[in-house]
Amino acid sequence: MDEKIVVKNLVTRYGNKTILKDISFSVQQGRITAIVGGSGCGKSTLLKHIIGLLKPASGEIWINGKDITKLSEMQLNDFRKSIGVLFQGAALLNSMTIEDNVALPIREHTHLNEATIKIMVKMKLDLVGLSGFGDFYPSQLSGGMKKRAGIARAMALDPEMLFFDEPQAGLDPITSAGLDALILKLRDIFKMTIIVVTHELHSLFTIADTIVMLDKGELIFEGTVEQFKNAQDDRVKRFITRTPEDENYCPEDYFNILTAD
Amino acid sequence: MPLKIVNPIAIVGIKTVNILSIIKNVSILINEIFYWTLISPFKTGKLRLKSTFSEMVKIGYNSVPIVVVISFFVGMILALQSAYQLKKVGALIYVANLVGVSLTRELGPIITAILIAGRSGSSFAAEIGSMKSAEEIDALRSMGINPVSFLVSPKMMAMLIMAPCLTIIADFIGIFGGFVLSITAVGIHPHSYIQQTINALMVKDVITGLVKSIAFGAIITVVGAYHGFQVTGGAEEVGMRTTASVVSSIFMVIVFDLFFTVLFYYFT
Ligand SMILES: Nc1ncnc2c1ncn2[C@@H]1O[C@H](COP(=O)(O)OP(=O)(O)OP(=O)(O)O)[C@@H](O)[C@H]1O
Ligand SMILES: [Mg+2]
Repeated sequence: MDEKIVVKNLVTRYGNKTILKDISFSVQQGRITAIVGGSGCGKSTLLKHIIGLLKPASGEIWINGKDITKLSEMQLNDFRKSIGVLFQGAALLNSMTIEDNVALPIREHTHLNEATIKIMVKMKLDLVGLSGFGDFYPSQLSGGMKKRAGIARAMALDPEMLFFDEPQAGLDPITSAGLDALILKLRDIFKMTIIVVTHELHSLFTIADTIVMLDKGELIFEGTVEQFKNAQDDRVKRFITRTPEDENYCPEDYFNILTAD
Repeated sequence: MPLKIVNPIAIVGIKTVNILSIIKNVSILINEIFYWTLISPFKTGKLRLKSTFSEMVKIGYNSVPIVVVISFFVGMILALQSAYQLKKVGALIYVANLVGVSLTRELGPIITAILIAGRSGSSFAAEIGSMKSAEEIDALRSMGINPVSFLVSPKMMAMLIMAPCLTIIADFIGIFGGFVLSITAVGIHPHSYIQQTINALMVKDVITGLVKSIAFGAIITVVGAYHGFQVTGGAEEVGMRTTASVVSSIFMVIVFDLFFTVLFYYFT
């Protein structure tokens, strides 16, 4: 199996706070890799490094045989034409209609005529169940609809790789299941390589081929769904069984936390 | 952030480092803006005509009323103030010279620049800043679209065209304001006022004014875009950066005005 993306010893900081600590893992061509982990553990940050939006403090990210941490912004733009990204907050351009948002990458990177672009956009919006909302502005959509419009935009150019940051957050179970089916279809029919950040256990077990788990910036698990279910690591088990972390401070510690400035 | 007392020498050091990093960021931005506005269209043949046109409407067409009103009043004020002095030496007719030359060389460009800074410079900073804080800029980059090319180059193009156009309007209307006041309140004969203005004005005066206005337009765009891209936080910072962009672009416009005025004084 080809390795499409290889992350080696990635370290990253915001100011002097280390967010990702020596992360290494690889993503197989044509597979769905899920990144899981508690809130604030650095999943979105990791995703932004893989698409070259942030430069790591150290480490390498090899994609299609190139270390993208070493590429210039120009070269990165070429690479980015072959990927689609859904941001956690959807990040649609608020000044444009949904239709124009989805059409934007097509207009920027191809010379297709307007009629063709219109049809492509309609098809993508239909895929995510938003046909008829093309003329709406992002501010006129619900959170879940924005997410889906963001997915349509990510798929606009039929990219080789897709990166979804919590696609199911804010969606009802039925739409969410539809989205799972769509993601599986993209893998099976279009052979896309997909990375999904997700918290939904059900969807995780439905779609993931490989799971990568982070905890407080450290990689604590990498393997198949079966391995994940049988993992011995406490933190993995807690994640699957949804047991809250027992926060048993001793009284002194608790006092220190409350009074610290 | 809590205020801390820092040792004064450290403040000098921190300020120097800050200023150096600002200079670095601004020069990178200037470089990119001019690449995407002036060089890339020739290389790729791709002009953002549609967005340039809509920026031209926002920057230029929509500012015409305010530019007309302000420059008309300034022309009148200028005529009256100079008449007040020139009357004493019995050289009332020179009101026309004063109004014509100071408007075309100086006041036309500067009034226009200040109005543009307040209307358009601030809106550039606010627009780009709120896009930055909503991750829209990141989204553009993730689609392989350069944000400077997509957002700033149409604004720069529109500004380079519209700033001199607005300045020409300001010049004309300002002179007209001076004319209206002079022939009514001051009592100069209309024909001789017009004759005097034509004699006083040289093409050189008008051209230097227009050169200035193009430079001012570029400065306002760069400053607005810089402050927009500097936003990292939320709405509060967008507001702060918008204010900062107006203050610093007016400041920069005045500084460059002085520079140009000195330059033109000695070299034309
Ligand atoms: N621009 C920033 N400046 C400083 N710190 C940041 C910034 N962005 C994120 N962080 C910090 O980085 C850490 C990881 O953030 P990240 O957004 O990657 O988390 P996440 O795993 O995606 O969480 P969630 O599941 O809630 O989306 C957090 O502790 C956050 O405080
Ligand atoms: Mg996140």
